[in-house]
Amino acid sequence: MQGLKKDLLLTGAFLSALCLAPWVLPSGYYLTVLIMCCLNAMTVVGLNLLLGYAGQISLGHAAFYGLAAYTTAILTTTLGLPVALGMLAGVGLAALVAFVIGIPTLKLSGNYLAMATLGFGVIVYIFLNETVGLTGGPSGFTGIPRLNAAGLTLSSDRSYYYLTAAVLCAVVLLSLNLIRSRLGRALRALHTSEKAAQAVGIDIARYKLFIFVLSAAFAGAAGVLYAHYLTFIAPSSFGFLFSVELLVMVVLGGMASVWGSVTGAFFLTALPEFLRMFENVEIIIYGAILILCMMFLPRGLAGGVSSLAVRLRGRARPGEDDHAS
Amino acid sequence: MPPDGLLDCRGVTVRFGGVLALDEVDFSARDRAVTSIIGPNGAGKTTLLNAISGVVPLAGGGISLSGRDLSQSPPHIRARAGVVRTFQNLEIFTNMSALENVMTGCHCQVRYSVLDSLLKTPRYFAGERKARAKAMDCLEFVGLADSAQTPAGDLPFGRQRLLELARALAARPGILLLDEPAAGLNMKETRVLGGLIRRIRDEQGVAVVLVEHDMDLVMGISDQITVLAFGQVIAKGAPLEVQKDPEVIAAYLGADDRD
Repeated sequence: MQGLKKDLLLTGAFLSALCLAPWVLPSGYYLTVLIMCCLNAMTVVGLNLLLGYAGQISLGHAAFYGLAAYTTAILTTTLGLPVALGMLAGVGLAALVAFVIGIPTLKLSGNYLAMATLGFGVIVYIFLNETVGLTGGPSGFTGIPRLNAAGLTLSSDRSYYYLTAAVLCAVVLLSLNLIRSRLGRALRALHTSEKAAQAVGIDIARYKLFIFVLSAAFAGAAGVLYAHYLTFIAPSSFGFLFSVELLVMVVLGGMASVWGSVTGAFFLTALPEFLRMFENVEIIIYGAILILCMMFLPRGLAGGVSSLAVRLRGRARPGEDDHAS
Repeated sequence: MPPDGLLDCRGVTVRFGGVLALDEVDFSARDRAVTSIIGPNGAGKTTLLNAISGVVPLAGGGISLSGRDLSQSPPHIRARAGVVRTFQNLEIFTNMSALENVMTGCHCQVRYSVLDSLLKTPRYFAGERKARAKAMDCLEFVGLADSAQTPAGDLPFGRQRLLELARALAARPGILLLDEPAAGLNMKETRVLGGLIRRIRDEQGVAVVLVEHDMDLVMGISDQITVLAFGQVIAKGAPLEVQKDPEVIAAYLGADDRD
Protein backbone atom coordinates (compact mmCIF):
# COMPACT_ATOMS: atom_id res chain seq x y z
CA MET A 1 0.00 0.00 0.00
CA GLN A 2 2.83 2.35 0.98
CA GLY A 3 4.59 1.90 -2.34
CA LEU A 4 1.47 2.69 -4.34
CA LYS A 5 0.78 5.86 -2.38
CA LYS A 6 4.29 7.10 -2.98
CA ASP A 7 4.08 6.26 -6.69
CA LEU A 8 0.72 8.00 -7.06
CA LEU A 9 1.97 11.06 -5.22
CA LEU A 10 5.15 11.32 -7.27
CA THR A 11 3.37 10.73 -10.57
CA GLY A 12 0.74 13.29 -9.63
CA ALA A 13 3.39 15.85 -8.75
CA PHE A 14 5.23 15.11 -11.99
CA LEU A 15 2.05 15.52 -14.05
CA SER A 16 1.27 18.83 -12.36
CA ALA A 17 4.79 20.04 -13.04
CA LEU A 18 4.45 19.06 -16.68
CA CYS A 19 1.11 20.86 -16.92
CA LEU A 20 2.53 24.02 -15.40
CA ALA A 21 5.63 24.01 -17.59
CA PRO A 22 4.09 25.76 -20.67
CA TRP A 23 3.31 28.84 -18.57
CA VAL A 24 6.91 29.43 -17.59
CA LEU A 25 8.46 28.60 -20.96
CA PRO A 26 9.76 31.61 -22.91
CA SER A 27 8.45 30.49 -26.31
CA GLY A 28 6.17 28.00 -28.03
CA TYR A 29 9.20 26.30 -29.54
CA TYR A 30 10.04 24.77 -26.19
CA LEU A 31 6.67 23.06 -26.21
CA THR A 32 7.90 20.97 -29.13
CA VAL A 33 10.99 20.09 -27.14
CA LEU A 34 8.84 19.09 -24.17
CA ILE A 35 6.63 16.91 -26.36
CA MET A 36 9.72 15.17 -27.71
CA CYS A 37 10.95 14.74 -24.13
CA CYS A 38 7.67 13.03 -23.17
CA LEU A 39 7.73 10.77 -26.24
CA ASN A 40 11.32 9.71 -25.67
CA ALA A 41 10.63 9.18 -21.98
CA MET A 42 7.80 6.74 -22.80
CA THR A 43 10.12 4.70 -24.99
CA VAL A 44 12.99 4.85 -22.53
CA VAL A 45 10.83 3.75 -19.58
CA GLY A 46 9.75 0.75 -21.65
CA LEU A 47 13.31 0.00 -22.71
CA ASN A 48 14.44 0.19 -19.09
CA LEU A 49 11.84 -2.41 -18.10
CA LEU A 50 13.52 -4.67 -20.63
CA LEU A 51 17.15 -3.70 -20.07
CA GLY A 52 17.39 -2.44 -16.50
CA TYR A 53 14.94 -4.78 -14.84
CA ALA A 54 14.90 -7.95 -16.95
CA GLY A 55 18.48 -7.58 -18.19
CA GLN A 56 17.66 -8.13 -21.87
CA ILE A 57 19.20 -5.72 -24.35
CA SER A 58 17.55 -4.32 -27.46
CA LEU A 59 19.46 -2.38 -30.08
CA GLY A 60 16.38 -2.22 -32.29
CA HIS A 61 13.91 -0.25 -30.26
CA ALA A 62 13.79 2.62 -32.74
CA ALA A 63 12.30 0.11 -35.19
CA PHE A 64 9.21 -0.42 -33.00
CA TYR A 65 8.83 3.33 -32.69
CA GLY A 66 9.11 3.69 -36.47
CA LEU A 67 6.88 0.74 -37.33
CA ALA A 68 4.09 2.15 -35.18
CA ALA A 69 4.52 5.63 -36.65
CA TYR A 70 4.38 4.34 -40.22
CA THR A 71 1.46 2.02 -39.51
CA THR A 72 -0.76 4.81 -38.27
CA ALA A 73 0.52 7.15 -41.02
CA ILE A 74 -0.42 4.72 -43.77
CA LEU A 75 -3.75 3.71 -42.24
CA THR A 76 -4.95 7.25 -41.58
CA THR A 77 -3.47 9.05 -44.59
CA THR A 78 -3.40 6.52 -47.44
CA LEU A 79 -6.47 4.57 -46.34
CA GLY A 80 -8.26 7.43 -44.60
CA LEU A 81 -9.14 5.49 -41.46
CA PRO A 82 -9.92 7.33 -38.21
CA VAL A 83 -6.81 8.50 -36.35
CA ALA A 84 -7.71 6.71 -33.11
CA LEU A 85 -7.97 3.44 -35.01
CA GLY A 86 -4.66 4.03 -36.75
CA MET A 87 -2.96 4.71 -33.45
CA LEU A 88 -4.33 1.54 -31.89
CA ALA A 89 -3.21 -0.43 -34.92
CA GLY A 90 0.25 1.11 -34.74
CA VAL A 91 0.74 0.11 -31.11
CA GLY A 92 -0.79 -3.29 -31.85
CA LEU A 93 1.53 -3.94 -34.76
CA ALA A 94 4.62 -2.95 -32.77
CA ALA A 95 3.56 -5.39 -30.04
CA LEU A 96 2.76 -8.13 -32.56
CA VAL A 97 6.10 -7.78 -34.35
CA ALA A 98 7.88 -7.85 -30.98
CA PHE A 99 6.01 -11.04 -30.12
CA VAL A 100 6.97 -12.73 -33.39
CA ILE A 101 10.64 -11.76 -33.39
CA GLY A 102 10.89 -12.16 -29.61
CA ILE A 103 10.21 -15.88 -29.66
CA PRO A 104 13.43 -16.80 -31.50
CA THR A 105 15.68 -13.89 -30.46
CA LEU A 106 15.03 -13.95 -26.71
CA LYS A 107 16.57 -17.42 -26.59
CA LEU A 108 19.82 -15.55 -27.13
CA SER A 109 21.54 -13.57 -24.45
CA GLY A 110 24.11 -10.82 -24.04
CA ASN A 111 26.01 -9.84 -27.17
CA TYR A 112 24.05 -12.26 -29.33
CA LEU A 113 20.73 -10.72 -28.36
CA ALA A 114 22.23 -7.29 -29.07
CA MET A 115 23.26 -8.44 -32.56
CA ALA A 116 19.88 -10.01 -33.30
CA THR A 117 17.92 -6.92 -32.27
CA LEU A 118 20.40 -4.74 -34.14
CA GLY A 119 19.74 -6.83 -37.24
CA PHE A 120 16.01 -6.43 -36.77
CA GLY A 121 16.38 -2.66 -36.50
CA VAL A 122 18.43 -2.54 -39.70
CA ILE A 123 15.90 -4.67 -41.57
CA VAL A 124 13.03 -2.38 -40.58
CA TYR A 125 15.10 0.67 -41.53
CA ILE A 126 15.83 -0.75 -44.99
CA PHE A 127 12.21 -1.79 -45.41
CA LEU A 128 10.99 1.74 -44.64
CA ASN A 129 13.51 3.17 -47.10
CA GLU A 130 12.89 0.78 -49.97
CA THR A 131 9.10 0.34 -50.07
CA VAL A 132 8.70 3.74 -51.66
CA GLY A 133 5.14 3.12 -52.83
CA LEU A 134 3.98 2.38 -49.30
CA THR A 135 6.13 4.59 -47.11
CA GLY A 136 7.38 7.32 -49.42
CA GLY A 137 10.92 6.02 -49.07
CA PRO A 138 13.85 8.11 -47.85
CA SER A 139 12.12 11.41 -48.60
CA GLY A 140 9.52 10.67 -45.98
CA PHE A 141 5.79 10.45 -45.52
CA THR A 142 3.82 13.68 -45.50
CA GLY A 143 0.31 14.86 -44.79
CA ILE A 144 -0.43 12.78 -41.71
CA PRO A 145 -3.56 14.18 -40.04
CA ARG A 146 -3.49 15.68 -36.56
CA LEU A 147 -5.20 13.70 -33.83
CA ASN A 148 -8.96 14.14 -33.68
CA ALA A 149 -10.72 11.77 -31.34
CA ALA A 150 -14.39 11.88 -30.35
CA GLY A 151 -14.96 15.14 -32.20
CA LEU A 152 -12.07 16.73 -30.34
CA THR A 153 -9.30 18.03 -32.54
CA LEU A 154 -6.02 18.52 -30.76
CA SER A 155 -4.75 21.05 -33.22
CA SER A 156 -2.86 23.29 -30.83
CA ASP A 157 0.56 22.21 -29.66
CA ARG A 158 -0.48 22.89 -26.11
CA SER A 159 -3.41 20.48 -26.07
CA TYR A 160 -1.26 17.86 -27.78
CA TYR A 161 1.37 18.41 -25.14
CA TYR A 162 -1.15 17.74 -22.36
CA LEU A 163 -2.10 14.53 -24.08
CA THR A 164 1.49 13.27 -24.34
CA ALA A 165 2.17 14.30 -20.73
CA ALA A 166 -0.88 12.31 -19.60
CA VAL A 167 0.14 9.27 -21.64
CA LEU A 168 3.67 9.46 -20.24
CA CYS A 169 2.35 9.56 -16.69
CA ALA A 170 0.13 6.57 -17.42
CA VAL A 171 3.14 4.67 -18.80
CA VAL A 172 5.18 5.61 -15.72
CA LEU A 173 2.47 4.56 -13.30
CA LEU A 174 1.80 1.27 -15.08
CA SER A 175 5.52 0.51 -15.09
CA LEU A 176 5.89 1.28 -11.40
CA ASN A 177 2.90 -0.94 -10.65
CA LEU A 178 4.39 -3.72 -12.70
CA ILE A 179 7.73 -3.51 -10.93
CA ARG A 180 6.12 -3.75 -7.49
CA SER A 181 4.49 -7.07 -8.21
CA ARG A 182 5.32 -10.73 -8.58
CA LEU A 183 5.99 -9.97 -12.24
CA GLY A 184 8.51 -7.31 -11.37
CA ARG A 185 10.21 -9.69 -8.97
CA ALA A 186 10.27 -12.41 -11.63
CA LEU A 187 11.92 -9.98 -14.10
CA ARG A 188 14.56 -8.89 -11.62
CA ALA A 189 15.11 -12.52 -10.63
CA LEU A 190 15.79 -13.70 -14.18
CA HIS A 191 18.12 -10.73 -14.60
CA THR A 192 20.41 -11.96 -11.79
CA SER A 193 20.08 -15.72 -12.13
CA GLU A 194 18.03 -17.51 -14.76
CA LYS A 195 18.86 -20.82 -13.07
CA ALA A 196 17.56 -19.72 -9.69
CA ALA A 197 14.46 -18.12 -11.23
CA GLN A 198 13.58 -21.38 -12.96
CA ALA A 199 14.30 -23.29 -9.76
CA VAL A 200 11.40 -21.51 -8.03
CA GLY A 201 9.06 -22.15 -10.95
CA ILE A 202 9.39 -18.96 -13.00
CA ASP A 203 8.85 -19.49 -16.72
CA ILE A 204 11.67 -17.25 -17.86
CA ALA A 205 10.97 -17.49 -21.60
CA ARG A 206 7.42 -16.27 -21.04
CA TYR A 207 8.42 -13.32 -18.90
CA LYS A 208 11.18 -12.24 -21.28
CA LEU A 209 8.71 -12.30 -24.15
CA PHE A 210 6.09 -10.45 -22.13
CA ILE A 211 8.39 -7.61 -21.16
CA PHE A 212 9.79 -7.39 -24.70
CA VAL A 213 6.26 -7.03 -26.10
CA LEU A 214 5.24 -4.49 -23.44
CA SER A 215 8.40 -2.51 -24.03
CA ALA A 216 7.73 -2.49 -27.80
CA ALA A 217 4.16 -1.38 -27.13
CA PHE A 218 5.39 1.61 -25.11
CA ALA A 219 7.75 2.50 -27.96
CA GLY A 220 4.82 2.08 -30.33
CA ALA A 221 2.66 4.44 -28.27
CA ALA A 222 5.39 7.06 -28.52
CA GLY A 223 5.71 6.38 -32.24
CA VAL A 224 2.05 6.95 -33.09
CA LEU A 225 1.95 10.12 -31.00
CA TYR A 226 5.06 11.30 -32.82
CA ALA A 227 3.53 10.70 -36.25
CA HIS A 228 0.33 12.59 -35.49
CA TYR A 229 2.21 15.43 -33.91
CA LEU A 230 4.82 16.18 -36.56
CA THR A 231 2.50 15.05 -39.43
CA PHE A 232 5.70 14.19 -41.30
CA ILE A 233 7.93 11.18 -40.73
CA ALA A 234 11.06 9.86 -42.43
CA PRO A 235 13.03 6.64 -41.95
CA SER A 236 16.13 8.50 -40.83
CA SER A 237 14.41 9.30 -37.51
CA PHE A 238 14.08 5.60 -36.73
CA GLY A 239 17.56 4.32 -37.53
CA PHE A 240 20.27 2.67 -35.50
CA LEU A 241 21.45 5.96 -34.04
CA PHE A 242 18.11 6.56 -32.40
CA SER A 243 18.18 3.05 -30.87
CA VAL A 244 21.57 3.82 -29.40
CA GLU A 245 20.37 7.19 -28.16
CA LEU A 246 17.54 5.45 -26.32
CA LEU A 247 20.00 3.06 -24.70
CA VAL A 248 22.18 5.97 -23.63
CA MET A 249 19.13 7.60 -22.03
CA VAL A 250 18.43 4.40 -20.07
CA VAL A 251 22.00 4.07 -18.84
CA LEU A 252 22.48 7.76 -18.11
CA GLY A 253 19.17 7.94 -16.28
CA GLY A 254 19.94 4.85 -14.25
CA MET A 255 19.35 1.17 -14.90
CA ALA A 256 16.32 -0.33 -13.18
CA SER A 257 14.84 3.03 -12.29
CA VAL A 258 11.62 4.25 -13.87
CA TRP A 259 12.12 7.82 -12.69
CA GLY A 260 15.74 7.63 -13.76
CA SER A 261 14.58 6.83 -17.28
CA VAL A 262 12.26 9.81 -17.32
CA THR A 263 15.11 12.01 -16.10
CA GLY A 264 17.57 10.57 -18.61
CA ALA A 265 15.16 11.06 -21.50
CA PHE A 266 14.29 14.64 -20.55
CA PHE A 267 17.91 15.51 -19.91
CA LEU A 268 19.33 14.15 -23.15
CA THR A 269 16.42 15.35 -25.30
CA ALA A 270 16.61 18.88 -23.96
CA LEU A 271 20.40 19.08 -23.67
CA PRO A 272 21.10 19.81 -27.38
CA GLU A 273 18.71 22.78 -27.16
CA PHE A 274 20.83 24.33 -24.43
CA LEU A 275 24.07 23.54 -26.24
CA ARG A 276 22.93 25.39 -29.39
CA MET A 277 24.79 28.49 -28.29
CA PHE A 278 28.10 26.64 -28.53
CA GLU A 279 27.51 26.04 -32.22
CA ASN A 280 30.54 24.20 -33.59
CA VAL A 281 31.67 22.51 -30.40
CA GLU A 282 28.14 21.49 -29.41
CA ILE A 283 28.64 17.78 -30.11
CA ILE A 284 31.96 17.75 -28.25
CA ILE A 285 30.35 19.22 -25.14
CA TYR A 286 27.50 16.73 -25.46
CA GLY A 287 30.03 13.88 -25.51
CA ALA A 288 31.99 15.33 -22.62
CA ILE A 289 28.84 15.58 -20.50
CA LEU A 290 28.09 11.91 -21.19
CA ILE A 291 31.60 10.85 -20.21
CA LEU A 292 31.57 12.93 -17.04
CA CYS A 293 28.16 11.61 -16.03
CA MET A 294 29.28 8.02 -16.42
CA MET A 295 32.53 8.67 -14.57
CA PHE A 296 30.96 10.34 -11.57
CA LEU A 297 27.48 8.81 -11.65
CA PRO A 298 28.08 5.19 -12.65
CA ARG A 299 24.59 4.25 -11.49
CA GLY A 300 23.08 7.01 -13.57
CA LEU A 301 21.30 10.20 -12.60
CA ALA A 302 18.84 8.27 -10.42
CA GLY A 303 21.67 6.43 -8.67
CA GLY A 304 23.46 9.72 -8.10
CA VAL A 305 20.40 11.30 -6.53
CA SER A 306 19.78 8.34 -4.24
CA SER A 307 23.38 8.12 -3.03
CA LEU A 308 23.29 11.87 -2.44
CA ALA A 309 20.13 11.35 -0.37
CA VAL A 310 21.82 8.59 1.61
CA ARG A 311 24.84 10.81 2.23
CA LEU A 312 22.66 13.71 3.38
CA ARG A 313 20.71 11.40 5.67
CA GLY A 314 23.98 9.99 6.98
CA ARG A 315 25.09 13.52 7.79
CA ALA A 316 21.73 14.39 9.35
CA ARG A 317 21.67 11.36 11.62
CA PRO A 318 24.54 12.34 13.96
CA GLY A 319 22.86 15.73 14.18
CA GLU A 320 19.67 14.11 15.41
CA ASP A 321 21.63 12.13 17.95
CA ASP A 322 23.13 15.37 19.22
CA HIS A 323 19.65 16.70 19.81
CA ALA A 324 18.70 13.58 21.69
CA SER A 325 21.73 13.76 23.91
CA MET B 1 14.72 -50.18 -3.41
CA PRO B 2 11.77 -48.87 -1.40
CA PRO B 3 8.59 -49.03 -3.46
CA ASP B 4 7.17 -45.97 -1.71
CA GLY B 5 9.80 -43.69 -3.25
CA LEU B 6 8.61 -40.09 -3.58
CA LEU B 7 11.30 -39.31 -6.11
CA ASP B 8 12.31 -42.09 -8.46
CA CYS B 9 15.20 -41.99 -10.89
CA ARG B 10 15.61 -45.07 -13.06
CA GLY B 11 18.62 -45.67 -15.27
CA VAL B 12 19.46 -41.96 -15.38
CA THR B 13 22.22 -41.39 -17.92
CA VAL B 14 23.85 -38.03 -18.64
CA ARG B 15 26.56 -37.43 -21.22
CA PHE B 16 28.74 -34.37 -21.73
CA GLY B 17 30.14 -34.96 -25.19
CA GLY B 18 32.12 -38.17 -24.90
CA VAL B 19 32.13 -38.17 -21.10
CA LEU B 20 29.61 -40.40 -19.38
CA ALA B 21 28.81 -38.31 -16.29
CA LEU B 22 26.02 -40.55 -15.03
CA ASP B 23 25.77 -44.16 -16.08
CA GLU B 24 22.33 -45.69 -15.53
CA VAL B 25 21.95 -44.36 -12.02
CA ASP B 26 19.02 -45.64 -9.99
CA PHE B 27 18.18 -43.30 -7.16
CA SER B 28 15.15 -42.85 -5.02
CA ALA B 29 14.17 -40.70 -2.09
CA ARG B 30 11.45 -41.44 0.40
CA ASP B 31 8.92 -38.99 1.75
CA ARG B 32 9.77 -37.34 5.07
CA ALA B 33 13.34 -38.56 4.95
CA VAL B 34 16.80 -37.12 4.36
CA THR B 35 18.51 -38.96 1.53
CA SER B 36 22.16 -38.05 1.03
CA ILE B 37 24.30 -38.45 -2.03
CA ILE B 38 28.01 -38.71 -1.33
CA GLY B 39 31.04 -39.62 -3.37
CA PRO B 40 34.48 -38.37 -4.34
CA ASN B 41 34.90 -35.23 -6.44
CA GLY B 42 33.71 -35.72 -9.99
CA ALA B 43 31.50 -38.67 -9.05
CA GLY B 44 28.45 -37.00 -10.58
CA LYS B 45 26.61 -35.85 -7.46
CA THR B 46 25.81 -32.36 -8.67
CA THR B 47 25.09 -33.72 -12.14
CA LEU B 48 22.48 -36.01 -10.61
CA LEU B 49 20.84 -33.02 -8.89
CA ASN B 50 21.00 -31.12 -12.18
CA ALA B 51 19.39 -34.04 -13.98
CA ILE B 52 16.63 -34.25 -11.37
CA SER B 53 15.93 -30.51 -11.47
CA GLY B 54 16.08 -30.43 -15.27
CA VAL B 55 19.15 -28.26 -15.72
CA VAL B 56 20.90 -30.92 -17.82
CA PRO B 57 19.05 -33.14 -20.31
CA LEU B 58 18.89 -36.91 -19.88
CA ALA B 59 20.59 -39.16 -22.39
CA GLY B 60 18.59 -42.04 -21.00
CA GLY B 61 16.40 -43.15 -18.13
CA GLY B 62 13.49 -41.49 -16.40
CA ILE B 63 12.65 -39.30 -13.42
CA SER B 64 9.33 -39.20 -11.64
CA LEU B 65 7.95 -37.47 -8.58
CA SER B 66 5.03 -39.18 -6.79
CA GLY B 67 4.48 -41.24 -9.91
CA ARG B 68 4.38 -38.22 -12.24
CA ASP B 69 6.92 -38.50 -15.04
CA LEU B 70 9.08 -35.35 -15.25
CA SER B 71 11.84 -36.65 -17.54
CA GLN B 72 11.02 -34.25 -20.36
CA SER B 73 9.76 -31.26 -18.35
CA PRO B 74 11.68 -27.98 -18.32
CA PRO B 75 13.10 -26.83 -14.94
CA HIS B 76 10.28 -24.44 -14.04
CA ILE B 77 7.63 -27.12 -14.57
CA ARG B 78 9.57 -29.48 -12.31
CA ALA B 79 9.84 -26.72 -9.72
CA ARG B 80 6.07 -26.25 -9.83
CA ALA B 81 5.64 -30.01 -9.48
CA GLY B 82 7.64 -29.77 -6.26
CA VAL B 83 11.27 -30.34 -7.23
CA VAL B 84 12.94 -27.32 -5.62
CA ARG B 85 16.68 -26.89 -5.23
CA THR B 86 19.50 -24.73 -3.94
CA PHE B 87 22.85 -24.24 -5.64
CA GLN B 88 26.41 -25.09 -4.75
CA ASN B 89 27.59 -21.64 -5.81
CA LEU B 90 24.96 -19.38 -4.32
CA GLU B 91 22.37 -18.09 -6.77
CA ILE B 92 20.61 -15.47 -4.70
CA PHE B 93 19.07 -12.41 -6.31
CA THR B 94 21.58 -9.76 -5.26
CA ASN B 95 19.47 -6.95 -6.73
CA MET B 96 16.70 -7.47 -4.16
CA SER B 97 16.21 -7.38 -0.42
CA ALA B 98 16.23 -10.63 1.52
CA LEU B 99 12.45 -10.45 1.85
CA GLU B 100 11.98 -9.91 -1.89
CA ASN B 101 14.22 -12.90 -2.57
CA VAL B 102 11.95 -15.13 -0.54
CA MET B 103 8.81 -13.50 -1.97
CA THR B 104 10.15 -14.45 -5.40
CA GLY B 105 10.17 -17.99 -4.09
CA CYS B 106 6.41 -17.64 -3.53
CA HIS B 107 5.97 -16.73 -7.20
CA CYS B 108 3.80 -19.69 -8.12
CA GLN B 109 1.60 -19.55 -5.04
CA VAL B 110 0.37 -16.01 -5.57
CA ARG B 111 -1.61 -16.16 -8.72
CA TYR B 112 -2.85 -12.67 -9.51
CA SER B 113 -2.66 -11.67 -13.16
CA VAL B 114 -0.68 -9.04 -15.06
CA LEU B 115 -3.78 -6.88 -15.17
CA ASP B 116 -4.15 -7.15 -11.39
CA SER B 117 -0.61 -5.85 -10.94
CA LEU B 118 -0.93 -3.09 -13.55
CA LEU B 119 -4.18 -1.77 -12.06
CA LYS B 120 -3.50 -2.68 -8.42
CA THR B 121 -6.76 -4.52 -7.87
CA PRO B 122 -7.76 -5.87 -4.43
CA ARG B 123 -6.59 -9.26 -5.68
CA TYR B 124 -3.09 -7.80 -6.08
CA PHE B 125 -3.03 -6.52 -2.50
CA ALA B 126 -4.37 -9.83 -1.14
CA GLY B 127 -1.74 -11.75 -3.11
CA GLU B 128 1.11 -9.51 -2.00
CA ARG B 129 -0.01 -9.75 1.63
CA LYS B 130 -0.05 -13.52 1.36
CA ALA B 131 3.38 -13.65 -0.29
CA ARG B 132 4.84 -11.30 2.31
CA ALA B 133 3.43 -13.32 5.21
CA LYS B 134 4.64 -16.58 3.76
CA ALA B 135 8.08 -15.11 3.03
CA MET B 136 8.36 -13.75 6.58
CA ASP B 137 7.47 -17.19 7.93
CA CYS B 138 10.25 -18.75 5.88
CA LEU B 139 12.77 -16.08 6.94
CA GLU B 140 11.73 -16.65 10.53
CA PHE B 141 12.21 -20.38 10.12
CA VAL B 142 15.83 -20.04 9.01
CA GLY B 143 16.48 -17.24 11.52
CA LEU B 144 16.79 -14.33 9.10
CA ALA B 145 13.69 -12.37 10.10
CA ASP B 146 15.84 -9.52 11.40
CA SER B 147 17.52 -9.13 7.99
CA ALA B 148 14.32 -9.00 5.93
CA GLN B 149 14.98 -5.54 4.50
CA THR B 150 18.74 -5.99 4.02
CA PRO B 151 19.90 -6.08 0.39
CA ALA B 152 20.62 -9.76 -0.23
CA GLY B 153 24.08 -9.01 -1.58
CA ASP B 154 25.07 -7.32 1.69
CA LEU B 155 24.39 -10.39 3.83
CA PRO B 156 27.42 -12.38 4.99
CA PHE B 157 28.03 -15.65 3.18
CA GLY B 158 26.53 -17.93 5.82
CA ARG B 159 23.33 -15.92 5.90
CA GLN B 160 23.12 -15.93 2.11
CA ARG B 161 23.12 -19.73 2.30
CA LEU B 162 20.23 -19.58 4.77
CA LEU B 163 18.46 -17.08 2.53
CA GLU B 164 18.65 -19.47 -0.37
CA LEU B 165 17.20 -22.16 1.84
CA ALA B 166 14.34 -19.84 2.85
CA ARG B 167 13.63 -19.02 -0.78
CA ALA B 168 13.50 -22.72 -1.63
CA LEU B 169 11.12 -23.38 1.26
CA ALA B 170 8.87 -20.57 0.05
CA ALA B 171 8.49 -22.38 -3.26
CA ARG B 172 6.63 -25.10 -1.35
CA PRO B 173 8.90 -28.04 -2.18
CA GLY B 174 7.64 -31.61 -2.42
CA ILE B 175 11.27 -32.58 -2.38
CA LEU B 176 14.10 -30.24 -1.53
CA LEU B 177 17.44 -30.76 -3.26
CA LEU B 178 20.36 -29.19 -1.38
CA ASP B 179 23.65 -28.97 -3.26
CA GLU B 180 26.48 -28.74 -0.73
CA PRO B 181 24.63 -26.42 1.64
CA ALA B 182 27.45 -26.55 4.20
CA ALA B 183 30.21 -25.55 1.79
CA GLY B 184 31.93 -22.45 3.17
CA LEU B 185 30.13 -22.58 6.52
CA ASN B 186 31.98 -22.75 9.83
CA MET B 187 31.27 -25.49 12.35
CA LYS B 188 28.66 -23.51 14.25
CA GLU B 189 26.83 -22.54 11.09
CA THR B 190 26.94 -26.14 9.90
CA ARG B 191 25.35 -27.29 13.18
CA VAL B 192 22.56 -24.75 12.74
CA LEU B 193 22.09 -25.95 9.18
CA GLY B 194 21.89 -29.57 10.33
CA GLY B 195 19.20 -28.61 12.81
CA LEU B 196 17.26 -26.79 10.11
CA ILE B 197 17.38 -29.73 7.72
CA ARG B 198 16.06 -31.96 10.50
CA ARG B 199 13.24 -29.53 11.18
CA ILE B 200 12.42 -29.30 7.49
CA ARG B 201 11.98 -33.05 7.50
CA ASP B 202 10.22 -33.41 10.83
CA GLU B 203 8.14 -30.24 11.16
CA GLN B 204 7.41 -29.44 7.55
CA GLY B 205 7.32 -33.06 6.38
CA VAL B 206 9.46 -32.30 3.34
CA ALA B 207 11.77 -34.87 1.83
CA VAL B 208 15.35 -33.68 1.50
CA VAL B 209 18.04 -34.83 -0.91
CA LEU B 210 21.42 -33.72 0.34
CA VAL B 211 24.66 -33.59 -1.63
CA GLU B 212 27.39 -32.86 0.89
CA HIS B 213 31.07 -33.36 1.64
CA ASP B 214 30.83 -32.72 5.37
CA MET B 215 30.68 -36.31 6.65
CA ASP B 216 29.68 -35.38 10.21
CA LEU B 217 26.64 -33.59 8.85
CA VAL B 218 25.76 -36.37 6.42
CA MET B 219 26.15 -39.20 8.91
CA GLY B 220 24.31 -37.25 11.57
CA ILE B 221 21.11 -36.42 9.72
CA SER B 222 20.72 -38.89 6.86
CA ASP B 223 18.11 -41.61 6.85
CA GLN B 224 19.50 -43.10 3.70
CA ILE B 225 22.75 -42.63 1.80
CA THR B 226 23.58 -43.29 -1.83
CA VAL B 227 27.24 -43.42 -2.79
CA LEU B 228 28.32 -42.44 -6.29
CA ALA B 229 31.72 -43.00 -7.89
CA PHE B 230 32.56 -42.37 -11.53
CA GLY B 231 28.92 -41.85 -12.41
CA GLN B 232 27.72 -45.10 -10.94
CA VAL B 233 25.98 -46.08 -7.73
CA ILE B 234 28.38 -48.19 -5.69
CA ALA B 235 26.38 -48.47 -2.49
CA LYS B 236 23.20 -47.42 -0.77
CA GLY B 237 21.81 -47.92 2.67
CA ALA B 238 21.63 -46.49 6.18
CA PRO B 239 24.64 -44.40 7.33
CA LEU B 240 26.17 -47.18 9.38
CA GLU B 241 25.86 -49.75 6.60
CA VAL B 242 27.43 -47.43 4.07
CA GLN B 243 30.31 -46.57 6.37
CA LYS B 244 31.14 -50.28 6.69
CA ASP B 245 30.81 -51.07 2.99
CA PRO B 246 34.28 -52.14 1.76
CA GLU B 247 33.69 -50.77 -1.72
CA VAL B 248 32.82 -47.36 -0.30
CA ILE B 249 35.88 -47.40 1.91
CA ALA B 250 38.06 -48.22 -1.04
CA ALA B 251 36.53 -45.70 -3.40
CA TYR B 252 35.72 -42.86 -1.14
CA LEU B 253 36.71 -42.81 2.49
CA GLY B 254 40.17 -44.14 1.71
CA ALA B 255 42.44 -46.26 3.88
CA ASP B 256 43.64 -43.19 5.82
CA ASP B 257 40.26 -42.76 7.42
CA ARG B 258 40.47 -46.26 8.92
CA ASP B 259 43.67 -45.55 10.80
